[in-house]
Amino acid sequence: MPNDLSNPLALIAELTHRCPLHCVYCSNPLELQSRDNELPTEIWSRVFQEAAALGVLQADFTGGEPLARTDIVDLVRTARSAGLYVNLITSGLPLDEAKLAALVAAGLDHIQLSFQGAREETANEISGTRSHAQKLRVLDWLRQHRVAVTLNFVIHRRNIDQLQEMLVLAESSCATRIEFANVQYYGWAFANRENLLPTRAQLDQSLAFIKSAQERLQGRIRIEYVVPDYYAKYPKPCMGGWGRKLILITPSGDALPCHAAQVIPGLSFENVKNRSLREIWEHSAAFQKFRGEGWMQEPCKTCDRREQDFGGCRCQALLLAGDATATDPVCSLAPQRPKVDAILTGMNAAPAAQLFVKPAWLYRPNPA
Amino acid sequence: MLGDAQTMSPELNSRPRLAPGCRLGENNQQRVLLMPERALRLNGPSLEIVERCDGKHTVQQIIADLQKIYSKAAPQKVEQDILGYLALLQKDRALDFET
Repeated sequence: MPNDLSNPLALIAELTHRCPLHCVYCSNPLELQSRDNELPTEIWSRVFQEAAALGVLQADFTGGEPLARTDIVDLVRTARSAGLYVNLITSGLPLDEAKLAALVAAGLDHIQLSFQGAREETANEISGTRSHAQKLRVLDWLRQHRVAVTLNFVIHRRNIDQLQEMLVLAESSCATRIEFANVQYYGWAFANRENLLPTRAQLDQSLAFIKSAQERLQGRIRIEYVVPDYYAKYPKPCMGGWGRKLILITPSGDALPCHAAQVIPGLSFENVKNRSLREIWEHSAAFQKFRGEGWMQEPCKTCDRREQDFGGCRCQALLLAGDATATDPVCSLAPQRPKVDAILTGMNAAPAAQLFVKPAWLYRPNPA
Repeated sequence: MLGDAQTMSPELNSRPRLAPGCRLGENNQQRVLLMPERALRLNGPSLEIVERCDGKHTVQQIIADLQKIYSKAAPQKVEQDILGYLALLQKDRALDFET
């Protein structure tokens, strides 16, 4: 490894953009890949072997809906036999009991089942389809299997007041972990932001609720809470730092430092069809672009926190400040922070009648 | 942190077992405990402990085994370290305790 570059720890495998759900906060790019462009099984298998050789520990199978791939059981098997810990992040929709048993037998370590809410009505509204009842069935089947189960709840203004109900659902299941993750504003979520951002009062209430739940369930269920970073004082160390811990492969094989990297103009991405994962990790211009501190502006450049949060998220800097090398505007020290404050102030001042009616969502379509 | 760990001190007669989705792995010649969304590097004593979290050894037996392996260390200290480490793994939800 050149210089002090360390190896990636996780490979995020976006196996497909096809998905039966149409979630209004989908993290996929606005331009979705069609089935024709998806990598074949053989290339994914090679990528898994290269990843393990490079020091990657975990593979996150995601999408779209990874179960839309007809070769999903083979992909789990090849990733596991390459030596990776295999996570499947799924809506559970295309699952039946036989497929679940086959996935576990193939070596699936961990299943993350997404929920759009605790109430059928909210969940179906957000996912743009009737999906909730099937998820409850999957949750019940999971009791029969020895696999780690996480429930993923994506949190926003329309469901943040339902945390208690979500927790009841999780406690009655075999889940050992819950992720309550507030929407992060990229992709489809950025387009729907004005209807997704929770109010400050909602956020404060949720923080108190989560804290007491974490204490009560310690040792039984691990609860992670991801806050919306627009309300944070300092930015998140996005992806653990650009090109430091994670490598993401799109359905067509492009290697990205993060989900949203394609929004940054001027970056070109290598493809695993043409290059080994090691070459990409060590030399790809896109991965090099924001490594280290050379690219930083003030206040990041001389900030004591620069090795903690790495200047925050490059994609968010682009989306909010129009400059991917700027300090992440959610940072309280950022010159562009007033833009974020204006968004929050405007929204928090709006009347409830406007904030809590069903909005005209922009739903994510299904690619060809 | 330490306070939390101590309040969750495991029963000596219980038999810890790695929870579903938690298993030993290897990476760059380094043994690791793989679990949902995280991994822990294991070395000497931590590896000896985790290898015995098989649902067969009781906590008491794990302590006795390690007191033998690390016979130069004070037995009391070995016991405390093991209980602390098991409590940390429990907090990470990496263990089930069978009774």
